[in-house]
Amino acid sequence: MRPVAANRGGSRGLRFGSSAIPFFDDPLVPFFTYQWSGDALVLDAPFLETLERIEARYPDRRSAMLPALYLLQERDGYITPEGMQALAAHFDISPMAVYEVASFYTLFHFSPPGRHQIQVCRTLPCALRGAGEVVTHICNRLDIDVGERTSDGTFSLQTVECLGSCDTAPMMQVNDLYYDNLTRAEIDAILDELRDQEASHTKRPGPDGY
Amino acid sequence: MVDAPSYGVGTDWRRFEPVLLRLMDVEGSETLSVYRDHGGYTALEKALAESAPDELIELVKDSGLRGRGGAGFPAGLKWSFIPKDPSLPKYLACNADESEPGSFKDRYFIERDPHQLLEGMLITSYAIAAELAYIYIRGEFVHGTRVLERAIDEARQAGLIGKNILGSGFNCEVYVHRGAGAYICGEETGMLSSLEGMRGEPKLKPPFPAVKGLYGMPTVINNVETLACVPHIVQYGAEWFKSIGTEKSTGPKVFCLAGHVERPGLYEYPLGISLRDLIEEVGGGMLGGRPLKGVIPGGSSTAVLPPDKLDTPLDFESVAEAGSMLGTASLIVMDKTVCMVKAAANLAHFYSHESCGQCSQCREGTTWMAKILDRIEAGRGRKEDLDTLLDMCHSMKGTTICFLSDSAAIPTEAFIAHYGEEFEQHINEGRCPITPVERLR
Repeated sequence: MRPVAANRGGSRGLRFGSSAIPFFDDPLVPFFTYQWSGDALVLDAPFLETLERIEARYPDRRSAMLPALYLLQERDGYITPEGMQALAAHFDISPMAVYEVASFYTLFHFSPPGRHQIQVCRTLPCALRGAGEVVTHICNRLDIDVGERTSDGTFSLQTVECLGSCDTAPMMQVNDLYYDNLTRAEIDAILDELRDQEASHTKRPGPDGY
Repeated sequence: MVDAPSYGVGTDWRRFEPVLLRLMDVEGSETLSVYRDHGGYTALEKALAESAPDELIELVKDSGLRGRGGAGFPAGLKWSFIPKDPSLPKYLACNADESEPGSFKDRYFIERDPHQLLEGMLITSYAIAAELAYIYIRGEFVHGTRVLERAIDEARQAGLIGKNILGSGFNCEVYVHRGAGAYICGEETGMLSSLEGMRGEPKLKPPFPAVKGLYGMPTVINNVETLACVPHIVQYGAEWFKSIGTEKSTGPKVFCLAGHVERPGLYEYPLGISLRDLIEEVGGGMLGGRPLKGVIPGGSSTAVLPPDKLDTPLDFESVAEAGSMLGTASLIVMDKTVCMVKAAANLAHFYSHESCGQCSQCREGTTWMAKILDRIEAGRGRKEDLDTLLDMCHSMKGTTICFLSDSAAIPTEAFIAHYGEEFEQHINEGRCPITPVERLR
């Protein structure tokens, strides 16, 4: 279904038969795979209520586009075509115009990421302190490559650009939390802890507000 | 004049008491009560009660405060460009989209002392007659967003934000707007596009935001640290501010120290402290005592300086004279174990990832720059590669809508200028001559 992205993805592409499944975050994926349906979708009342409260902060309600996309992602786990269509109807613009905005920003995902999204900073200040080795270490521990998701959907791994924590390099962000001054032992402890949390069905901390 | 403060006195960095960072390590520094216990919001009271907006603009102009977001443009002058026409709504946008590699100061300002920023924003809004102010915070700063929202709620309940602030008749609302992961939104017009709910693509200047900014209305955009300086200037006066730092680069400055130093971190000193003092004394010297190879003085967009520039004073003019820029004063220190081709390639990948793609010089230039540098690092460099790179850098400068293209070209040029032999060695030997070092403990 997604050969286009697999070819574009760069390093590895699809790895059949391995324990890992690819986690696509290439914004071009929906462009090729989305089926835009003609039906108008509506946003549910609580969603709309929150959105309207945010819109009141701006002279032009279109400014609430980013907060609206965050709300959508918080509700559905990622940005779905249906969600974008609903927002398009709400803002009275075309679905492609919503998608155009969403695909510009790296924090919006177009396929379900792992329940724990690991984002390792790879930019120079972290690289000088061993970010490359952090990535290798996590890849080996989880048996996945960068840009992939573990087969049980627990973890996904990405490298990202500077997260503004250069004094505590190397560092990574897992969901909303920063983990800094990483060592091998610490990475192991963090991964174990997150896996234990998963086992005990602890609710994943999500962003509050929007 | 009010009593002289006990902190922030003189130009001797060894005896300097922090001004902007003074509450960072105080327990509960993010709360209104602690901020008020340390004299918080008295500058706002003073400004609203004693000064006309124009006087505040003059005061900040007189203080010599220069923008702390990278460009170093005089803040007071920027404010003075706002048209006085009362029929036009005006806006203040605080640039908290900190994403320059090497810089982490704004995150600390927001997480540890949000009220200092809010007070600065309220005074600035009053000075430019803005009734709406936004803080554009980068999307990854989830904790910072929460802290700021709590701080705004607290301030609103205390009557410091909203209608008729402190009984002065001045109204101002402050909102947090969360970005969603795009370096280019730190560029002021890109930020405005993003704030308007669009792709964060920069726009051509002129018109400058001061004339046609957010929603086409006059808008002032200032960095977090710039705004945090404002309450102190109002409280203690322009003369006090000018007594810190150098003649043309006045005031205290927060330095972000990262890379191969023993004690990386956030340090506040008067502008003009030397690179050597900052690395050797403040930063505790080079990591593991290894010799210095180069230092990027102002965030990744500025030119790398070789060790012979170690005695450069860190102020806007001196760093420019040394062939670089003070930028955001975010120092990335590199020791002898670093492969400079690899370092240049790392940064080129950053710019390639963050280019918004509007202008071809930038979109194509950053992409090819990263590819060519990767090729050299991998030992597949070609004889003509360095000339190609320099040629590309030349055509990437001053030819695009915003400064991102230049920001990618400047460091690459500097890496080649100062470490050209290392690049040639890569190409001639067909391999990277630097032995990799185990860095992760």
